[in-house]
Amino acid sequence: MAKAKKESSSAVADPACAPEWTDLLKQMILIRRFEEATEREFRKGKIGGYLHVYIGQEAVASGILSALNEDDIVFCGYRDHAQALVRGSDPDKVMAELFGKGSGISKGKGGSMHLFDAEHGLYGGYGIVGGHLTLAAGAAYALRYQNTERVAVCYFGDGAMNIGSFHEAMNMAGLWGHQGMCPIIFVIENNGYAMGTSVERHSALTDLSARVRAYDIPTEKVDGQDIFAVRGVADRVVRQVRETGKPYCIEANTYRFSGHGAADILQPYRPKEEVEKHRQRDPIVILRNRLTELCGLAEDEVKEMDTWATEVAANAVKFAEEAPLAEPEELFTDVVAEHGPRPVRESEHD
Amino acid sequence: MTEKSYRDAIRDAMMEEMDRDPNVLIMGEDIGVYEGTFRITAGMLKKYGPKRVIDTPIAEAGMAGTAVGMAMLGLRPIVEMMTMNFAIVAADQILNHAAKVRYFSGGQVDVPMVIRGPQGAGVQLSAQHSQSFESFYAHFPGIHVVAPATPADAKGMLKTAIRGKDPVIFLESAALYGMKGEVPDDPDFTVPFGKSRVAREGKDVTIVSYSRMLQLSLIVADKLAEDEGIECEVIDLRSLRPLDMDPVYASVAKTHRAVVVQEQWKPFGAAAEISASITEAMFDELDAPVYRVTGEDVPMPYARNLELLATPHEEHIVRGVKKVMYA
Repeated sequence: MAKAKKESSSAVADPACAPEWTDLLKQMILIRRFEEATEREFRKGKIGGYLHVYIGQEAVASGILSALNEDDIVFCGYRDHAQALVRGSDPDKVMAELFGKGSGISKGKGGSMHLFDAEHGLYGGYGIVGGHLTLAAGAAYALRYQNTERVAVCYFGDGAMNIGSFHEAMNMAGLWGHQGMCPIIFVIENNGYAMGTSVERHSALTDLSARVRAYDIPTEKVDGQDIFAVRGVADRVVRQVRETGKPYCIEANTYRFSGHGAADILQPYRPKEEVEKHRQRDPIVILRNRLTELCGLAEDEVKEMDTWATEVAANAVKFAEEAPLAEPEELFTDVVAEHGPRPVRESEHD
Repeated sequence: MTEKSYRDAIRDAMMEEMDRDPNVLIMGEDIGVYEGTFRITAGMLKKYGPKRVIDTPIAEAGMAGTAVGMAMLGLRPIVEMMTMNFAIVAADQILNHAAKVRYFSGGQVDVPMVIRGPQGAGVQLSAQHSQSFESFYAHFPGIHVVAPATPADAKGMLKTAIRGKDPVIFLESAALYGMKGEVPDDPDFTVPFGKSRVAREGKDVTIVSYSRMLQLSLIVADKLAEDEGIECEVIDLRSLRPLDMDPVYASVAKTHRAVVVQEQWKPFGAAAEISASITEAMFDELDAPVYRVTGEDVPMPYARNLELLATPHEEHIVRGVKKVMYA
């Protein structure tokens, strides 16, 4: 059976004051301000469908994805705005996608749950819990099959671990790993809840990593609120997976500060005190304090970042609002490459 | 032209495409060391090695889902389902992922993958192993669904599937694996999707079918011509999605009568779709309601006599033809 590492604590990464940490702080503030803007626009009715924000979990996206190369690839669930922004997707196009506009990153055809940006290595954005794990394992196989040194990262929540495709993906990744044919980093975003069902209520074994080790995939737990810890693990794991072609799983213990989705207002499944307690461990505050205390990051610099992030988010909203609607013809494109559908209502489209 | 079995035509198509394009690979349960339950993949592991001929665990969702990921990254995976009955386990991977990702990504990726395997009844495999799935898959946009009736089409359409850009559900008739027919030798011989063909010309009644029921329809047409002087025109749909109805309409314009034959259950089946399309497009041309010949609306029984009662046979097609002729 694969080994488990103890939870990594934040042995302050060296060099702790490298400019990269400041950039990561800036990036996490951007994700936060961007998502706060999406929540406001959702309440105004500008964004439709579902909206699941990453607020509170930002260090899990930034900490791991910043350890990747540009040509590495990422799969995630429907809580995917952070991953898109970290990978380098244009915030304007992401917001336009959420607004359902033709200039959205997927022409307005996917929306919040299906952010997709192949150019930046983001291969979705999937709405069926656990369904994308098999895709990611296959993609990792393809990367090795093509003799590249690229790796895949696959994010999923604790709630994705009880569905069949999780087990089928893990087992096949474990098997292919034996041949060095599955360079993938599985990331459990353990935020304690499958929607409103807590881990102890949804998983017979609450040590989630142990369930991954059953498939001969080594695991490691990390404090997902502390980007120093996350990045430290990610650097080592990404290097190892790239070298060996074997899968690895990082369980990031984290917490979402907002509801499951924008409609989850009452949150009867968790007491307010619990949320408050976790808010005290805001990943952005943790990184900011660290940089302030150890590296002399000035209050003004943080404010500047905040102003910048707020502006980027506001500009994205403005761009999305002014963006043209999707062309009606787009309804019928991208269904299949050839032999696409013809309008059912001929007369209306003629 | 060489005479080949339907089974060998499928194997030839896969091996020729694997020779042609290193991105083509195949995976499935017991396709390598065991050489396939129906021996479609015999000899392939030896020739191409385990990286390209992947024995998988019994995990259909895993097979189909990993194939989607491979396809998005530029490979051309073929997934062999031991039978299409087992592919239901992978319905989420096929219908929610393979069929949707091109669309919800706004066309950012191709998903060139083939899911192929046998289906259909006839050898006492009872309820869980005898089903037909064409209408199930053909209901969904984002995939192609094909069901060849001859060795030549099996080869040519499988090549089109492997060379394409989209997920293809390639439905083989287990009962046709041993059937022989002339197959072109040209390694670039392909049969395009969405091209129905007139398999037999006639003037009295149009019979529309595909896969094994097409062969049965041809037998019936010959008998009716010989015994009763009724000339049936038989149309082979070949693919259900895309569905090419033009040759059907042209035929109905000539015969004014149509019978649709399918093995699967009647409610919401392929024949219902075809019948409705004919009625919508050709109502004024019809001299009789379109008649559907289908299997009985029950889970497949094991007992041989009951199984025979549950599936369509020659006499059912004959009855259908006479019904639309008011004979």
